[in-house]
Amino acid sequence: MTAAAASPGRVSGVAGAPGRWARRIAYYLPAVVVFAAAIAAWELVVRNIDLRGLPVPAPSAIATALVENWSNGRWPLSKAAAATLFEAVGGLAIGTTLGVAMALLTARFATAREVLLPLAIGASAVPIIAFAPLMNNWFGVLNPLSKMMIVAVLVFFPVVVNVTRGLTQVEPSALELLRSYAASEWTVLRALRVPNALPYFFTALKIGTTLSLIGAIVGEYFGGTSDVLGRVVVQSASALRFDVSWAAIVLAAIAGIALYLATVAIERAVIPWHASVRRPEP
Amino acid sequence: MDEARPKLGPATPGSVMPVGPATPVGPATPVVRIAAVDKTFVSDRARVTTALQGIDLEIRRGEFVSLIGPSGCGKSTLLRLIGDLVAPTAGRVTVNDKPANRARRDRDYGIVFQAPVLFDWRSVEDNVKLPLELMGYDAGRRTARAREMLELVELGDFLHHHPYQLSGGMQQRVAIARALAFEPSILLMDEPFGALDEMTRERMNQEVQRIWERTGITVVFVTHSIPEAVFLSSRAVVMSARPGRIIDIVEIDLPRPRDVVTREQRRYFELVTAVREALRRGGADELVADALGEGSGPAAGLIDRAAAEGGIG
Repeated sequence: MTAAAASPGRVSGVAGAPGRWARRIAYYLPAVVVFAAAIAAWELVVRNIDLRGLPVPAPSAIATALVENWSNGRWPLSKAAAATLFEAVGGLAIGTTLGVAMALLTARFATAREVLLPLAIGASAVPIIAFAPLMNNWFGVLNPLSKMMIVAVLVFFPVVVNVTRGLTQVEPSALELLRSYAASEWTVLRALRVPNALPYFFTALKIGTTLSLIGAIVGEYFGGTSDVLGRVVVQSASALRFDVSWAAIVLAAIAGIALYLATVAIERAVIPWHASVRRPEP
Repeated sequence: MDEARPKLGPATPGSVMPVGPATPVGPATPVVRIAAVDKTFVSDRARVTTALQGIDLEIRRGEFVSLIGPSGCGKSTLLRLIGDLVAPTAGRVTVNDKPANRARRDRDYGIVFQAPVLFDWRSVEDNVKLPLELMGYDAGRRTARAREMLELVELGDFLHHHPYQLSGGMQQRVAIARALAFEPSILLMDEPFGALDEMTRERMNQEVQRIWERTGITVVFVTHSIPEAVFLSSRAVVMSARPGRIIDIVEIDLPRPRDVVTREQRRYFELVTAVREALRRGGADELVADALGEGSGPAAGLIDRAAAEGGIG
């Protein structure tokens, strides 16, 4: 009838592959150029200007350290990165699971909301550094579970808050519609509340991925096995091998970005209908 | 028109009670009986608002009845009372010879709101299938019914689209298809075209009339547009400003099918005037003056909100 009808939207882009790649390159090119320029500038500054003993290694030195310490030496970086990523993902899984469970409880029962939400808010207000030694003590300093629990505490709160909101903030008329079908509370949850909460869930998960690496590395600072990124940073820095410290930091950043991108990919697959994900109409 | 009548199979999905719409009832029997109904809302600070007062109304099978009145007159509340989305404070609402609550649990109503209330995560076809899934239709029948209904609202080519890919008018037609899919005996429409532009609204009116004629369903239609009420209805129930009372019931005796020409006939204008006069007697002067543009007084907001909240139950 109107414009939308005249051009019935396509669900998937059917544009020719070359055109799409050209558009993608054009989209990412500026970011890549700026990034490369920043690295180059950093390299030039470190090589040509006397920083008066400020221990900043050049990007090339960091890259060399990354390659040389990849799998051997005192600080095997690949092993450390894998161990830290394992802690982060494990903690993310635990925190998300508990968070969703609590969100379901608080959305369903008003009493649960009144009792549990203040607790969750209180727990989230405690600086995570205060929890870290306790978790190491409770779950064993050498057990990766102790780091996972620190991550879980960090991830838990955004998941609870966001998912609860997604479950409860549904259109009143959508509830009336389901009521007119004489739908049970369970049906309302399945057919309306859960799908409505999915975008909120993914928002929380994206926040969680970045928090998870912070949590894991903070936990590692307070002791544990040495083959993890946090310990590598501490030990290499005290040995004045700052190139290795930086290499570990770079790996941590890459792990965080990878987790984030994986979440975005899952989000696109699960909620292609949501405004935050779908392609604009041509 | 007759050979185009869709095959409306027996209304017997497993879960629907035998006392449902399939019960043979004479054309003169009222489908909806509203007797001495009052409705008051109590707000947070115990302020009492009387939305409806002393409502008596009978709606016969196959009728197209519109409820028209100024904003905040409780016409939407009256619709929600029929649909058991709110309960009356006093009086009785009977639908298909059952209490309204029972009728709702028997799925006697299809409902269309001002917003289409489509689920973005479902395709157009799956949106129409939603009530059928909840009512235990088997997969084959769900598909058949959904497609038949989408054909009826002329959206057969948009099965796999998502709601956000459709225009407002098309979305509302999906909502109508969904409301009709499970063959309810009554279609409740709450200002369904209030958010559409005038051109689209007139086309939708034509569409609704066609669907009504083809399905023979009883329609209760809330509107604040006099032309819309006159064009569509067999009877227009005119309501007063709050507290809402029935001022007059105007029989609309325009011949059918009605079309663009109908809107230019003398009888049409006479009936528009009759409804307008009745509204004026009900104290809706200012609304009549601006062609019943929806006002937005604080009281109106309160009632709308209360109605919405009452429905969440």
